[in-house]
Amino acid sequence: MPVRSRVKTFTMDGQDVSGHESETILEIARQNDIDIPTLCQLDGLSIIGACRLCLVEVVGWNKLVPACATYVEEGMEVVTNSERLQNYRRMIIEMLFAEGNHVCSVCVSNGNCSLQYLATKLGMDYVRYPYLNPDRTVDMSHERFVMDHNRCILCTRCVRVCDEIEGAHTWDVEGRGYKSHLITDLDIPWGDSRTCTSCGKCMNVCPTGAIVEKGKPAGEMIKRREFLGYLTKMRGVNNNE
Amino acid sequence: MTQTITIDPVTRIEGHSKITIQLGEDGSVADARFHVTQYRGFEKFIEGRPFYELPGIMGRICGICTISHELAAAQACEAIMSVRVEGTAADLRRIVNYASLLQSHALSFFYLSSPDFLLGMESDVAKRSIFGLLETHPEIVRDGVRLRSFGQKIIERMAGRRIHPTWIVAGGVSEPLDAGVRETILAELPEIKALVRRSLDWFKRAMADYHEEARVFANFPTLFMTLVDEREDVLELYRGRLRVVDSTRREILADFHRTEYQDYIGEAVEPDSYLKSPYYKPMGYPDGIYRVGPLARLNVIGKMGTPEADQELAEYRGLNHLSSFYFHYARLIECLHAVERIEDLLDKPSILNPRVRAHASANVSEGIGVTEAPRGTLIHHYEVDEQGVVTGGNLVVATTHNNLAMNRGVLQVARRYIDGENLSEGMLNRVEAVIRTFDPCLSCSTHASAQIPLRVQLLDPAGAVIEEALRG
Ligand code: FES
Repeated sequence: MPVRSRVKTFTMDGQDVSGHESETILEIARQNDIDIPTLCQLDGLSIIGACRLCLVEVVGWNKLVPACATYVEEGMEVVTNSERLQNYRRMIIEMLFAEGNHVCSVCVSNGNCSLQYLATKLGMDYVRYPYLNPDRTVDMSHERFVMDHNRCILCTRCVRVCDEIEGAHTWDVEGRGYKSHLITDLDIPWGDSRTCTSCGKCMNVCPTGAIVEKGKPAGEMIKRREFLGYLTKMRGVNNNE
Repeated sequence: MTQTITIDPVTRIEGHSKITIQLGEDGSVADARFHVTQYRGFEKFIEGRPFYELPGIMGRICGICTISHELAAAQACEAIMSVRVEGTAADLRRIVNYASLLQSHALSFFYLSSPDFLLGMESDVAKRSIFGLLETHPEIVRDGVRLRSFGQKIIERMAGRRIHPTWIVAGGVSEPLDAGVRETILAELPEIKALVRRSLDWFKRAMADYHEEARVFANFPTLFMTLVDEREDVLELYRGRLRVVDSTRREILADFHRTEYQDYIGEAVEPDSYLKSPYYKPMGYPDGIYRVGPLARLNVIGKMGTPEADQELAEYRGLNHLSSFYFHYARLIECLHAVERIEDLLDKPSILNPRVRAHASANVSEGIGVTEAPRGTLIHHYEVDEQGVVTGGNLVVATTHNNLAMNRGVLQVARRYIDGENLSEGMLNRVEAVIRTFDPCLSCSTHASAQIPLRVQLLDPAGAVIEEALRG
């Protein structure tokens, strides 16, 4: 009887690859220099598969799967960059732009924003959906940081880093559908939060200009995310498991 | 029968506008008005933003005078922070501001207005543009392009890019000056000064042919307003006190700090234009009509403050200071002044000092910033809540101050040149040319080409088109 191997061999874009069964398609892609766009995923944080930007095709499977949240399997044939996938990815980015108020030209994160970077990289030259222009607020109550809901894409990286790494769980999501938004504590102004340690981790993991340092003018906000790798390594945590 | 002539759009200006000319029963001009037909709404959509984002947002009002909006916004923010930017940061801002003045004046004078002086007000409209000039006066076109690019390159070298740089920030500037950039600019200055001098020479000769225009191009008594240096009676574009003089330019009517502007400047709203009509409050509306911009600046100040520009100022003093035609001349004198000032500032040993930025949060709830934009006094006024979120804003832009004077100027020129019986394109061009002397900046774009169609309609009192002429 065949021995069950924990190392899986399969193909990705026609290339023979292998990975441990505890690894995701995304991890193996990165090990093999195959680029799959991601937004909600961040090494060191738990996986939620929320943004769907990393969707890939597996031949014979009838639906697309998120590469960040799908473990490798023996014999699978993964396609990471078909025209259909490119179109869906562009669509997702367009919907994110249409849903919030993203004005790159005057944004603090202009030039250092994952959303903007992906829009350029995926070739978004227009948005096919009508802009919702939602009426959103800016929370300036914190001494050092600003939460600009206009630019939030609900990736929940801040929620996860605050809970999983800092252990404070100041952030959470309230509401449903397009009414979903981030809150601090039980929906009180951030500056009044008693759980927030002002560590700034949420600000650094935020992919856009939603959580930023106070006082930074257009284009000056640069996020530093190296800390996440060091911290998880030192603590020996792997939130992916 | 009464008729209305509409000039829509007005060409070779920055932005969108139209002119209507009302003819009386006998075909003579009964009234004429200048309407601004675009709406921007910046005062509204800054509400809710953190105050320190405003220099970046406000710079977007205009692609030509970005620097002026950023400076006025930054000064207003600094008032909110209770910070006063001095020394190197203020000097660096001044240099970039002079560079901005140069590129803007070059655009107005060479690109938009010089075809009128060099080819004639009545010349073939298809050729009466910078492109037509290329055939007849290529050296002058080259000078105009060079001057504009020199100004823009200083902005690019010092502030990072030509249009909408983000280098001016609340609290100072984001980068100190690079020693290499200083050398490059200094090396180019003599050539630019020579360029401005020869432009002054030919323009002074050309002015001799425009006596009639000088007589009727918005030539009437008004007050004049500008910023002046806080200590001396010299021109200061970046920051200073506001001063209003009477129409003889000899009597100072008011000299006040920027925070008091609302005591002196009222704003009337007309139903047919998106441009407000400010007036000097103590005299009421519309008697408190005043002008701002290069002409007003030269009329208010005692001295330019730099030797060569002061010599030119002495010559300018011999002219009729009430005629808006001399805006053009004043613009060139200011260019000379700007070149001299840039040189002085770059020569300062402190100019390379790396301490160019202060940090603070919102400390007071209101801030007012005033600067002299190329076109005149620019006021930004913001209110913020305790946390620094903008709750309201009011802008008085250079062109706005001149609204009453532009309207009166249009009427004056229309009365002199328009004959309802025999309309000619040259007549209408003069009506537009009076607007161009003010160099209104109605938005962010230049519509500077003879290709833009100009539609003139003659309407009967019921609004039916009697006659229509198209050009372009
Ligand atoms: S990165 Fe995989 S779903 Fe967001």
